[in-house]
Amino acid sequence: MAETGFWSGYALPFLLILGYILAIVVPLLISVAFVTYFERKIFGLMQIRKGPNVVGPFGLLQPFADGLKMLMKETIVPAGANRNLFLLAPIITFTLGMIGWAVIPFDEHLVLADINVGILYLFAISSLGVYGIIIAGWASNSKYAFLGALRSAAQMVSYEVSIGFVLVTVLLCAGSLNLSEIVLAQTELWYFIPLAPMFIIFFISALAETNRTPFDLPEAEGELVAGYQVEYSSLAFTLFMLGEYANILLMSGLCVILFLGGWLAPFDIEPFTWLPGIVWFFLKTAVVMFLFTWTRATFPRYRYDQLMRLGWKVFLPISLAWVVITAGALHVFGWMP
Amino acid sequence: MIVEQITFYIFAVITVISGVLVIGSRNPVHSVLFLILAFFNSAGLFVLMGAEFIAMILIIVYVGAVAVLFLFVVMMLHIDFSKLRAGFTRYLPIGCVVGIILLVELILVLTTGTVDFNIPKNVISQIPNPEAISNTEALGNLLYTQYAYLFQIAGFILLIAMVGAIVLTHKKRNEVKKQKISDQVNRDPNTAVTLHKIETKEGGTWKSD
Repeated sequence: MAETGFWSGYALPFLLILGYILAIVVPLLISVAFVTYFERKIFGLMQIRKGPNVVGPFGLLQPFADGLKMLMKETIVPAGANRNLFLLAPIITFTLGMIGWAVIPFDEHLVLADINVGILYLFAISSLGVYGIIIAGWASNSKYAFLGALRSAAQMVSYEVSIGFVLVTVLLCAGSLNLSEIVLAQTELWYFIPLAPMFIIFFISALAETNRTPFDLPEAEGELVAGYQVEYSSLAFTLFMLGEYANILLMSGLCVILFLGGWLAPFDIEPFTWLPGIVWFFLKTAVVMFLFTWTRATFPRYRYDQLMRLGWKVFLPISLAWVVITAGALHVFGWMP
Repeated sequence: MIVEQITFYIFAVITVISGVLVIGSRNPVHSVLFLILAFFNSAGLFVLMGAEFIAMILIIVYVGAVAVLFLFVVMMLHIDFSKLRAGFTRYLPIGCVVGIILLVELILVLTTGTVDFNIPKNVISQIPNPEAISNTEALGNLLYTQYAYLFQIAGFILLIAMVGAIVLTHKKRNEVKKQKISDQVNRDPNTAVTLHKIETKEGGTWKSD
């Protein structure tokens, strides 16, 4: 093997990868900030009021004002709390929100880590999200926080099962675990048309997996104050918020990749192909994100037993049946890739 | 590659240390968290060996589901630490005997030359070329063809274990109110709602029939 120098062999690739990571994380954090702004603006419009409109033009600087305010607050660790774990929990949530983006293909060949098992990696990351919450709930040493953590643990584990089956159906159709290849398999037809029921199940399960309304029982303010977040303040709370929204964006991105054709233009003809793939990807993610917000502005919260019933008794049988039907159809008609 | 060696040693050292801390830490919740750390680093080791499918499945199944339930149970248990420590001296001899037996066995196996650490030719010839086929595909090809029956049997055993656990722990509780969606949907407004004319000042004494 040829000798490689320290600079060209190790330092340069390291700096290059660091640069790629920053090129993903910095825009991601900025978009998280603006997602909170647009969410509040959309709530405002849907409830016939104005939403944030004071800081900056059209209130555009509102998220930064919020962030600054959070930073100025005092970090409080409750006296009975397990200090290390208490501070570890928001870091876990934040980190998990970020690292999932490593395998997301923004455009053809525009992906940090084009690994063979990309979809399993994302599934693993999303199933780990429960740890930030459950550790936060336990370490806070508070009844409300602990109840919220228990609820979220049961909820996320339940809905992961149906998400798993939805992923299996898409994988059967695409014939690959690589996210880029899943997108390329949709060149002819986006999967939300043939797999419409699975698309709906995935969307609802994604709501439950990210603890969003109508499944935001872990932080139900009516009975649990704010659930697992109740003891958190300042930067730790900010990290929770950032991680949570990054996770929601990640789920929207995953939805786009699995069902809405990723970076592909809707029609492969002139005016649509003028826009580069990355723009299509962001537009589609924004649409799914809007659906998330729309749901939050519209629906009341589920009761806990209804939530469990929906997960285990409705989604699980339907998604299992669809896996069988899809596999059967692919086999009978010889469409197996 | 030196980078791979460094990563290997980082993962390996953390795995061993967290494995020791699983049994060493006083707080059972910390033990479970160290167990999760150990799982994570073993997944890292699998990735280094090129077995990315096993690594991801390890994280999804063990860390994402099994360890969550562990944590769930351990957090709910009210554990008396003094009681735990009282049992320590009682079980120490048995533990020592088991440990010594394992150590002697390991020494016997390693020193007498019963194990040949050179992988035989017929095993190497079965390993598919990693350039040509991803290991997910290679595993699937083997698991669903040559070992299909064993795979199905393993699945059935797991299913039976699950059914058995449910049968053993299931209690029919009549006092719990359950929502029956079909009953609610089938409810007829004509029989469910009745209108009554109640005279003034008679409201307190009126009873439905």
